Amino acid sequence: MLSEQEKELVRELQKGLPLVSRPFLDIADRLGLSEEEIIAKVKDFLTKGVIRRFGAVVKHQDVGYVANAMVVWPVTEERIMEAGRAMASFPEVSHCYNRLSAPGWPYTLYTVIHGKEEQDCRSIAEKIASSIGITGYRILFSTAELKKSSVEYFLE
Amino acid sequence: MTILDQTDRDLLNIVQNGLPVVPEPYRALAEELHVSEEEIIRRLGRLKDAGVIRRLGAVFDSRRVGYKGTLCALKVPPEQISEVAAIINGFRGVTHNYLRDHEFNMWFTVLAESQDKLEQTIENIRGQTGIKELLSLPAENVFKIGVHFKIT
Repeated sequence: MLSEQEKELVRELQKGLPLVSRPFLDIADRLGLSEEEIIAKVKDFLTKGVIRRFGAVVKHQDVGYVANAMVVWPVTEERIMEAGRAMASFPEVSHCYNRLSAPGWPYTLYTVIHGKEEQDCRSIAEKIASSIGITGYRILFSTAELKKSSVEYFLE
Repeated sequence: MTILDQTDRDLLNIVQNGLPVVPEPYRALAEELHVSEEEIIRRLGRLKDAGVIRRLGAVFDSRRVGYKGTLCALKVPPEQISEVAAIINGFRGVTHNYLRDHEFNMWFTVLAESQDKLEQTIENIRGQTGIKELLSLPAENVFKIGVHFKIT
């Protein structure tokens, strides 16, 4: 559970790092804290994993990676940890999650694969399938991005 | 497509990997790229305005922030796609929504401050869209999240 003061900082940080010479000082002034306190708290959040990373998120369609495939894999319970780790180690895989299956939906591992075109994604999925020895996967290409936003935490 | 020069590409490759958490982060980047701090700030501002940089600074782990989330899949009749998308996208907790080439054709992620609020949001989505076939597939284990693309 984050403290009220930590939630305040999350609210400020999620606006984006100010593009001024001393951005942490700028945030500190708004929160009535010191620059050192803000920097220490950001580092603490990084250590605890509350902040996953501190940097830029780049819109990948603008840098040439156009195809985006979600590949779903029907992996049995006892192989999930091993297969999940193995899939995550492929550089073309940006996301790898284990999710609960559902009635009529046997898939338990989800990978997002990016490539310059659809055929790249198909080849990568096949390479992963043969290397890990899992068949019966499905590739779901995205045909339209309907929404992509960052969540805004702790809004009133 | 935004035209990126070599300095933009170098800058993007560095900042994707991380911004230094120091009092003057842009000066640190400037020294690395042998340009002025003002130029770094100007270029980052331009890349943000152009939408190449979607976000600068902290990327939070929603679970560690205390939020609950799930991935939902819906079977939406083709003629209702835009209407249903408008309803779903109107929920603040819906962060991503994609159409995919499958019977389950609409895939969206939802985040909420608590498990109760998450379930309430999903119920509201069911109610407002009238779509019966909805899978909620919460993550049990996260093996990898996010990636850096080498910009060449």
